Amino acid sequence: MSKLSQLAVGQKAVIASIDATNVAAVRLMEMGMTPGCSVKMIGSAPFGDPLEVEIRGYHLSLRKTEADLVELVS
Amino acid sequence: MSVDAPARTLNVALVGNPNTGKSTLFNALSGIRQKTGNYPGVTVEKKHGSFTHKGQKVELIDLPGTYSLAPRSPDEMVTVDVLLGRQANEAKPNAVLVIVDASNLERNLYIVSQVKELGLPTVVALNMGDIAKDKGISVDVDKLAERLDVPVVATQANRKGGLDQLRDTIVSLLDRDSISPESPFPAEFCDKVSQLHEKLQKHDAESTRYLAERLLLDTSGYLEKELTSGGQELHNWIVESRNQLAELGQPVPAIEAISRYKWVQSVLDGIITREAARKVTLSDRIDRILTNRVGGTIFFILIMTLMFQAVFSDLVAGNLMGYIEGFFELIAGLVDASLADGALKSLLIDGVIAGVGGVLVFLPQICILFFFIAILEDCGYLARAAYLMDRLFSKIGLSGKSFIPLLSSFACAIPGIMAARVIENRRDRLITILVAPLMSCSARMPVYVLLTAAFIPDETIGGFLSLHTLVMLSMYLLGILAAVGVAFVLRRTILPGETPPFVMELPSYKFPSISGVLMVMVEKGWAFVKRAGTLIFAMTIIVWALSYFPRNEEAATAPFANEIAQLESQLEGANEEEAAQIEERLVEINNQIDGELLRGSFLGMAGHWIEPVVKPLGWDWKIGSAAIASFPAREVIISTMGVLYNLGGEEDEESAPLRETIKEAKWAGTDENVFNIPVALSIMVFFALCAQCAATLAVIKRETNSWRWPIFTFVYMTVLAYLGALITYQVSAAIMLS
Repeated sequence: MSKLSQLAVGQKAVIASIDATNVAAVRLMEMGMTPGCSVKMIGSAPFGDPLEVEIRGYHLSLRKTEADLVELVS
Repeated sequence: MSVDAPARTLNVALVGNPNTGKSTLFNALSGIRQKTGNYPGVTVEKKHGSFTHKGQKVELIDLPGTYSLAPRSPDEMVTVDVLLGRQANEAKPNAVLVIVDASNLERNLYIVSQVKELGLPTVVALNMGDIAKDKGISVDVDKLAERLDVPVVATQANRKGGLDQLRDTIVSLLDRDSISPESPFPAEFCDKVSQLHEKLQKHDAESTRYLAERLLLDTSGYLEKELTSGGQELHNWIVESRNQLAELGQPVPAIEAISRYKWVQSVLDGIITREAARKVTLSDRIDRILTNRVGGTIFFILIMTLMFQAVFSDLVAGNLMGYIEGFFELIAGLVDASLADGALKSLLIDGVIAGVGGVLVFLPQICILFFFIAILEDCGYLARAAYLMDRLFSKIGLSGKSFIPLLSSFACAIPGIMAARVIENRRDRLITILVAPLMSCSARMPVYVLLTAAFIPDETIGGFLSLHTLVMLSMYLLGILAAVGVAFVLRRTILPGETPPFVMELPSYKFPSISGVLMVMVEKGWAFVKRAGTLIFAMTIIVWALSYFPRNEEAATAPFANEIAQLESQLEGANEEEAAQIEERLVEINNQIDGELLRGSFLGMAGHWIEPVVKPLGWDWKIGSAAIASFPAREVIISTMGVLYNLGGEEDEESAPLRETIKEAKWAGTDENVFNIPVALSIMVFFALCAQCAATLAVIKRETNSWRWPIFTFVYMTVLAYLGALITYQVSAAIMLS
C-alpha cells in the first residue's frame, strides 16, 4: 500500500485508512480525510513541504509527516 | 412591583468554520453595536453584538471560527462551554446560528452535525453562494432545510444579501426551547454514551450528554482531567468501553469522523449538483502561480516589499506622521504659551505630550500595516503565506502559522502578540509571543535614525549600497536572527515537545470586503491607541517625575546667577546683533541648568549608580540614564538625551543640534569623545534587543494570563541586549579604535 505523501502531483487516489492513534490524524479526519474518500495531489510549497491536496472539493495543506499517516488504496 | 413581563432576550451564538464569512455576517447583523473582550484565563476573544428586529432584541455572541466542537484544550473548551451555558458570566444561548460555506458544504456540515447534537434551536446560514456558482455547484436550499430539519437561509454576507430573511428566521426561533438532538453514531456507541452520562450524573447532576460523548471520544485525556478530576474507576471504565467499541469495528476516535461524514453524505445525496467536469476557477489559476515554487516565492517577496515600502516610505505614512507630530507640537505650543514655567508645565509638555505624542505618531504605520494584512487575509493569501513559510519556520520548531503574528510585530509587538491567537497549539503560540518583541518595531526607528545619521559615515560600498541603509538593515536582521535563535533554544529547553501538526485549509481566493478591511484597521488602530496610550501615559508621568525630582533650582542656578544678572542688564541697552548673542548665551545657560537639575534628579542619580555596569558597553552615565528612562517605552530616549546633553527636551531624531552635540560630548574631565562608531552601534544593538516597552509586557501578561512570561521576556531580552551590546562594543572598538 502506498502513502498519501508518495502521491505524484496531479494524481488522484482513494484513502484506505488512517493511523487514528495520532492526534494529527484526528485533525485530518475532522477535515474530511476519511477512508473511502478521494484525494488529489495539487503540489508542494517551495521547499517540498508542506503539501497541498484537494479533498471533498476544497484545498488542504499538510506536512509530509502527516501525509505519512494516510494509507491509500492501491 | 412591575407586572409587565420583560421581553425575552434572544441570545444567539454564531458558530462556523474559518473562512466562511462568519465575521462579515456578524458585522453585517450587528452593525456598530459590538463589544470585544477576552475570556479570563484563555486567549479566546469574545465578541458581543446585538440587533433589534420587529421589536425583538437579539444578542449575538460570535465564537471563534472552528472546524469542530471537539475540545482538546482550554481555548477550545470555551466555545463548548458557551454553547452549553457552562461559561460563567455568559448567558446560555437560546439558539445557534451556524454559518456554512455553500462552495464547501461537505466539510462545513460536519460542525452542523455536532451543533445539532446540542439540542438547541438552530439556523443555518448558507453563505458564499457566488463562489459555489463559480465552481459550478448548486444547492437545493429547501431540500437541505428539510433534510437537516432546521431552517436554512441563503445569505451573501459581503453584499448584505439575505439578512432580512435571516433576521426573520432568527426571531421566529423565540418560540422554541429545543430541538430533538440527532446523533449520527451507531447504536452501540450511543449506548455507551448513555451509560457514561448516567455515571457522570451521579457526581454532577448538571453534566450533559454531549460532554459525556466527548469524554468517550477524546483520547487525548484533556476532557477526562477537565470533567472528572481523574477517578481511577471511571478511567478504567472509559478505557474498557473504548476497547469494546474497537472490537465491534468502531474504533474511538475514528468513529466520529466516519459517522459524521456518512451523515453528511446522506444529507447531501441528490440535493447538490456539480457540473460534470469541475470548473477550473480563477482561484485555481491564481493559485497555480502563487503557490508555485518560483512564481510563488517571487510574488511573496514582491508583496512583502510593497507592504514594508508603504509602511516606511514618506509617501503615505511619513506625511501622516508629520501631521500628527505637527498636531502635538501645536498643543505643546499652546500649553507653553498659556502656563507659567513650573512643575505642571514641565509635566504636560515634557511628560504627557512628548510621551503620548511620541507613541501616537506610529498610528499611521500600524494602520497601514493592518490594512495590508487585513486585505491579504480577507482574500485568502495569508493562508498561502503561512503555507509557503512553514518549512522555514519548522526548522526552528514553529509552524507557518507564526508568520502572521511576527509580520505584524514589525509595526508594533502589541497587535502582533494578539495576532498569535490564530495558533491553536499552546506551545507554538507561547514561543511566538515570547519572540515577537524582538522584531524591530516602529518605535526603534528613531533611535536607529539618530545614531546612524550622527555616526555612520555617509559612504557607499561598491558604489551603490549605502552604509546607512546597511546599518539599518542589519538592525532589522539582528532582531529576526535573535528571534530565530531564541525560538530554537526555547524549543529545546523550557518549552520542549513534539512539533505540532500543520493541517490548514487553503481557502479559495475572493475579493476582499472593503468595509471589513477598514473595520479591522480601525479596530486594531483603536486598540493600539487605547492600550499603548493608557500605559505609556502612566509611564511617561513616572519617568518625568523621576527626572524632575528632587529639584534644587537654587543650587543649580547659583553658579550662573551673576552671569545671568549681568547678561540681563546688558540686554536692555543692546542693539539687535548684541541682543541676539546675549539671548543665545542665555538659552545655553538655561540648558546647562536643566542638565544640572537632571543630573541631580533620581534618574540622574540612578545613571551614576549604574555607570560601572554600562561602562563596558562604552557608555557614560548619561547614556545609562537615558536607557533606564527608556525601559517603559524606548522612544523616550530621544527626549531624554536632549535634556541630558543640555539641549532642552524638544529634540527629535532629525534634529541637527542634537546630532552635533552628542558628537562633541566628552567624558567628564577629559577631551575624549563619549560617542564614536562602536558606542553608537552598541546603543543600537541594545535598543534592538531589549524589552523596553511596558505595554508589550502588559499584553504578554494578559495573553498568557501569567506574570511568569512577561517577567521571563523582560529578563531574557535584557540579558540578550546587554551581551549583544557588550560584544558589539568590545569587538568593534578592538577593530576600529586600535
